[in-house]
Amino acid sequence: MSNEDYLKDISEIKNLMNKSSRFISLSGLSGVLAGIYALIGAAIAYWLVINYSGGTLYIFHGWVFWTCMAVLLMVALLSAVTGIMLTTRKAKKNNEKIWDNSSKRLLFNFLIPLVVGGIYCMIILNQGRYGQTGGLMLIFYGLALVSASKYSIGDIKYLGYIQIILGLIASYSPGYGFWLWVIGFGIMHIVYGAWMHFKYDVK
Amino acid sequence: MSIITNINKLFDHRIRLGIMSILMVNEYADFNMLKELLGATDGNLASHTKALEKSEYILVEKQFIGRKPNTRYSATKLGKAEFKKHIEALEKLINKT
Repeated sequence: MSNEDYLKDISEIKNLMNKSSRFISLSGLSGVLAGIYALIGAAIAYWLVINYSGGTLYIFHGWVFWTCMAVLLMVALLSAVTGIMLTTRKAKKNNEKIWDNSSKRLLFNFLIPLVVGGIYCMIILNQGRYGQTGGLMLIFYGLALVSASKYSIGDIKYLGYIQIILGLIASYSPGYGFWLWVIGFGIMHIVYGAWMHFKYDVK
Repeated sequence: MSIITNINKLFDHRIRLGIMSILMVNEYADFNMLKELLGATDGNLASHTKALEKSEYILVEKQFIGRKPNTRYSATKLGKAEFKKHIEALEKLINKT
């Protein structure tokens, strides 16, 4: 065997290891859209709180609080639906199955930190410590991304690290929680999604 | 010891090398998953898995999922160690020339 054959062997090994263990059809565009939803949601919440909740961002009460929660839920739901739709489309184009071992593993590892974080946030909200939720959402979402990155495009972990850092800052100074949330879920998603889109989708 | 001795004859085939690559990063893989990833025919894949099983590089488990028979494969400790040695030998060969 020649040197070239050995090199071919090595690249074939790498390719198979990636293909068999990682789900790589995640759509960058869905990240951009998720960021836009987050920004719109944040704008609505901001407007509500400024006009109806005495102008402070951390004192929620009554219907303003519940409307903000509903907006948050809508943002999460819309992002998930968009993500699933665009990823299905991309997987079809790549001839990759949408529901196979690699995507199941990806989802499982993404959802564990996310669901735990979601429950924890609800407990914290229930205790009236509203200021902490922005940071906690960022931290757990970041952990979910880092954990998922092993089963998908490895670059996702960098987004995860950024979210964790933003979350820690937000926990330390809850006063900036809202704005850090806007940066993390809004702006970072758009920047990151666009970067992924141009790196992997546009060729 | 020369490097050549670490090049494993058993891995000197695309399909067998492929099977081991997949089993290095996955706890298990079943027959169909290997078939799809490697683009091999049933008979071809079966003969290569048999060869690897015979030298105890992979473990074969037959079970039933519902009523369908399912064969799943995993790499043994020996298989993983041999594969690593093989890769290292490949890398050395490439770096040397």
